[in-house]
Amino acid sequence: MLLSTHSQTVDDNYVLVASLDNVRNLSNILKAITFKDHAIFNATPNGLKVTVEDSKCLQANAFIQAEIFQEFTIKEDSVGFQINLTVLLDCLTIFGGSTVAGVTTALRMCYNGYGYPLTLFLEEGGVVTVCKINTQEPEEPIDFEFCSTNVTNKVILQSESLKEAFSELDMTSEVLQITMSPSQPYFRLSTFGNSGNAHYDYPKDSDMMELFQCSKTQTNRYRMSLLKPSTKALALSCKVSVRTDSRGFLSLQYLVRNDDGQICFVEYYCCPDEEAEEEY
Amino acid sequence: HLPAMDCVVTGGNVKVLAKAIHSLSRIGDELYLEPEDDGLALRSVNSSRSAYACFLFSPLFFSRYTVPCGHAFRCKMAIKCVQAVFRSLSSLDKTVEKCHIELVGEKSRLTFTLHCKHGLMKTHNLSFQDSESLQAVFDKDSCSNVLRAQPRLLVDTVLHFPPALEEVSLSVSGERVLFRNYVEEEPAKAMLTELSLSSDEFEHFAVGAESSITFCLKELRGLLVFAESTGLPVSVHFDLPGSPVVLSVTDSVLEVNFVLATLSDDLNLRNHNNNPKRARSPPPADDFLNDDIDSYLIAMDTSELPGPSNAPAQRSNHRLEAQSPVANHRLESEEAEEEETGDTERPPNKKFRSLFFGSVCPTDSQLTNQTATSQEVLASDSEDDAQAASP
Repeated sequence: MLLSTHSQTVDDNYVLVASLDNVRNLSNILKAITFKDHAIFNATPNGLKVTVEDSKCLQANAFIQAEIFQEFTIKEDSVGFQINLTVLLDCLTIFGGSTVAGVTTALRMCYNGYGYPLTLFLEEGGVVTVCKINTQEPEEPIDFEFCSTNVTNKVILQSESLKEAFSELDMTSEVLQITMSPSQPYFRLSTFGNSGNAHYDYPKDSDMMELFQCSKTQTNRYRMSLLKPSTKALALSCKVSVRTDSRGFLSLQYLVRNDDGQICFVEYYCCPDEEAEEEY
Repeated sequence: HLPAMDCVVTGGNVKVLAKAIHSLSRIGDELYLEPEDDGLALRSVNSSRSAYACFLFSPLFFSRYTVPCGHAFRCKMAIKCVQAVFRSLSSLDKTVEKCHIELVGEKSRLTFTLHCKHGLMKTHNLSFQDSESLQAVFDKDSCSNVLRAQPRLLVDTVLHFPPALEEVSLSVSGERVLFRNYVEEEPAKAMLTELSLSSDEFEHFAVGAESSITFCLKELRGLLVFAESTGLPVSVHFDLPGSPVVLSVTDSVLEVNFVLATLSDDLNLRNHNNNPKRARSPPPADDFLNDDIDSYLIAMDTSELPGPSNAPAQRSNHRLEAQSPVANHRLESEEAEEEETGDTERPPNKKFRSLFFGSVCPTDSQLTNQTATSQEVLASDSEDDAQAASP
């Protein structure tokens, strides 16, 4: 293959090499977390975790397991760097991100370690583009301390039914209120906008509801502006797990199936909006 | 407390209702909702009062329709809020199984509950304002010209006009119907598009008086979207320029009327009191039986019960005006005054005459005065009748 012969000789210097036959398997999932420019990359032998944060209230993580890549070589236990995600996506889609069947862009991504740029070799139809993107000092992602033992309520829904709700949400509402309860209304999304309020209720026995585990009635409000980026992940996903912990923190986990039928995960954490709770 | 309205729409009718609301949103910013014994009326009027639309859904349209007797309740709200209830219009018939609408006056709450596939239930609580009745008075049956066609014919016709085109002219002569883009300035420089349709293409073609009228395309498009989705034929009722055109779609459970102002032949002539048509053609002797405001002129009925003292007075005025040139002149001067005061409310750029001469929605405190004013103005503008009656 063209790409491998090209870079074989210098491979020894790289601490991380990852190759994909279809770059969309990476670019699509990165699009689902693109709401700020800066992304923290953390590679381990298990794969790649990309983190984007906003206002210390929202965190999105994309997980791309090592198996998704055709080649995933890492010489250290953990390799971390920060990079401009918008620039990276522009490079990954430099050939236009064609969705025509049979036309794919191949990627070989190499990183030489601290202080070096991330080097991308992109090839489509025999044309190769080499991109070098400067990396930055990696910041430590915020620990939302969301742990599964503290989860109060959890539902798993087929994304289809949530997509409908999110596409219709009243964006004039500052918050999205999520109610989860062992009794009615079970799972409710509420908005409070200029025109009045709206409630979307999902019964626990709906065929869209794959799992319903609610132990206690909980009503929390989340800033609509913070949750809005998560709709990108929702759009890509086939299932979504909605969890809240005892503090009212929200975890949204999206199961995303890529072009090749492989599964990746995108996760959003969001803080509850405490100010708003007093207002209403 | 008993709801002021409690009704349920099921199946394909949900989409019909949703399309109606979207169609009304092409007219105005506010939706007037009036549950009545003979059905639910949804109405809207544009800001310059030159276009009005009403959808009347009969009780049979609903699978349940309950309004308390003798307890008329009316309200209005921003139309875009109601549109938001039916946001995913294209998938509505696949997702929504049942729509429950409940109006609770005491709470000022209008609640739409959509029962959707997979048990999903969407509840929208909208706030509203009380309002008086919004009604235009028009009589489409007395129009000299009536055309009826399948919506497709008209859709295919207006398709040829650019989206930005504001007004379209419709002419009938002989066995042909012409649609033309209306060009306000420098017709020599503009591109003119004209479509000629044969009378055969219409289901019904009755032309009593050959004429050419010009009206806004936006509202016509709005109605066509609705008509096309329901597959119901569209009727066009019209007379001479200046008289409103009525576009209607009717079905056993539904009546839709769009009343649009048309451009006057010559606004200057009209303002200078020497409209030749009017002078030459007094209406037939028996005309006053049907020549009052109800017949030709659409007017805003801002009162729930028009003041009995006003109505007869204005009718007799009108009769005088139609028969005697002297009285005519006297009235004209009154009219000029009214025109001046009225001008502030009109859109500056249009030669369309407002169909509605009063404020559409006076506050309760204004209501008494407003009624009187609008009735007066209404009478003084009765030249419409004379124009319309001239063959």
